[in-house]
Amino acid sequence: MFLSEENMPKAKRIYMDHAAGRAVDARVIKAMSPYMASLRGNPSSVHSFGQEAKQALEEARTKVAELINAESKESIFFTSGATESNNMAIKGVAHRNQHQGRHIITSSIEHMSVLNPCKFLTTKGFKVTFLPVDQYGFVDLTNLEEELTSETILVSIMYANGEIGTIQPIQKISQMVHRKKAYLHVDATAANGQVPIDVSNEGIDLLTISSNDVYGPKGVGALYIKKGVRLEPLIHGGGQERGIRSGTENILGIVGFGKAVEISRAEMFTESERLKKLRDRLIKGLVGRIPHSSLNGHPSKRLPNNAAVRYSFIEGESILLDLDMKGVAASSGSACTAKTLEPSHVLRAIGLKHEEAHGSLLFTLGRRNTEEEVDYVIRIMPEIVERLREMSPLTPKELIE
Amino acid sequence: MGEIPDADGVGTVGNPVCGDMMTVHIKVKDNRIDDIKFKTFGCGAAIATSSMVTELAKGKTLKEAMKIGRSDVADSLGGLPKVKMHCSNLAADALHAAIEDYEKHKGTKR
Repeated sequence: MFLSEENMPKAKRIYMDHAAGRAVDARVIKAMSPYMASLRGNPSSVHSFGQEAKQALEEARTKVAELINAESKESIFFTSGATESNNMAIKGVAHRNQHQGRHIITSSIEHMSVLNPCKFLTTKGFKVTFLPVDQYGFVDLTNLEEELTSETILVSIMYANGEIGTIQPIQKISQMVHRKKAYLHVDATAANGQVPIDVSNEGIDLLTISSNDVYGPKGVGALYIKKGVRLEPLIHGGGQERGIRSGTENILGIVGFGKAVEISRAEMFTESERLKKLRDRLIKGLVGRIPHSSLNGHPSKRLPNNAAVRYSFIEGESILLDLDMKGVAASSGSACTAKTLEPSHVLRAIGLKHEEAHGSLLFTLGRRNTEEEVDYVIRIMPEIVERLREMSPLTPKELIE
Repeated sequence: MGEIPDADGVGTVGNPVCGDMMTVHIKVKDNRIDDIKFKTFGCGAAIATSSMVTELAKGKTLKEAMKIGRSDVADSLGGLPKVKMHCSNLAADALHAAIEDYEKHKGTKR
């Protein structure tokens, strides 16, 4: 059932699942509206209608380039979102550069839209190394150094992990990768809009970002491709996006993306500081007041909006349902929410046992969350955990008494 | 929900590794399930099916209770998503395990 703002129940509803999806910012909707009402031209057309569309497209491209400090707007290619950008980067670079080598390195905690293209490439004669991570989720740099060979053409490491919040040392990784003359692709989907990303200074060759993560509309994203990096397109057709990504551009979505990026760039610093305070308050409240609970990920080198915790003896999804009944939306890293029954590969990769991974819970904060909401969640959690622990055959008897 | 301290039969199925584990305690009187309680570690569906199986089995003869199957539990809940049928399986299995435990120990002091 879809609840619009008007017929929303009076009861408290708190949304803390921003990693999964975000409401489009009202200012973005306002910027998109005139285009929705009157835009009809195709940006490839010569007439004035077409040129209006073209202008909107290029303005958005400039804004995206500015956000990540790209050398020029010509390095930004619009896509249908992060999944397409990741596929385009990995398969595109692999296919175009296979004469140089057929080895790719990635980490074991990447998003499925990185892991699965990499796995796919192993069926096409490529060799892929999936680097392990430590207990916080950091890629082991010594390990990376050892795995890099003259055969390595691409390394794909995420900027930050959405599930545990850990931010990777991208600049250090970049230096290693470039010493071996390989390309570095960075999936910044989770990090975008929360931490400043600078492709020029950090030495990033390809960067994935999406619109919804900066409160823009869903279904739009971009791939930054550094000048000189060669890749094969995934989609062939009319040669839009300089031949790299054919298909008439999603102008409306791109206009929204551009506005969202502009707002994000202006407000990121203040907003991230605000979120960090809320995050730390939430983590302290969720872990500090309940026995047998822990934080997932690193205490400080984590995304400003990410509070990932786990509770022993109980299962994440049952916690989610109890939270939902009290109006709070969060997420679990656990099996039952996904399409498979396996617990999250990220939580397994940081060394959690199956049962620990199953007890994990993820809160991702956003622009509209308040301190009052954080305190409400902290207040209701002990009772939920207690109830489910009473119900669980795994809870030690002395804990219930 | 809970345990029966002097239960006549106890059945435990599943394991925490796969994310679902249930224990069913039964008290038997005149070959009928006089009392039944569950404890569950698992997702919402696992808890719901555990609760439902205790509802379905209470007051039934042991023979009748053995016939309560996986699909009966799911149907009584108004159906379950395909991926959750695995949890649903466990609830009926835990009940059957508890009855088998009772049969095995019948007449012996526990």
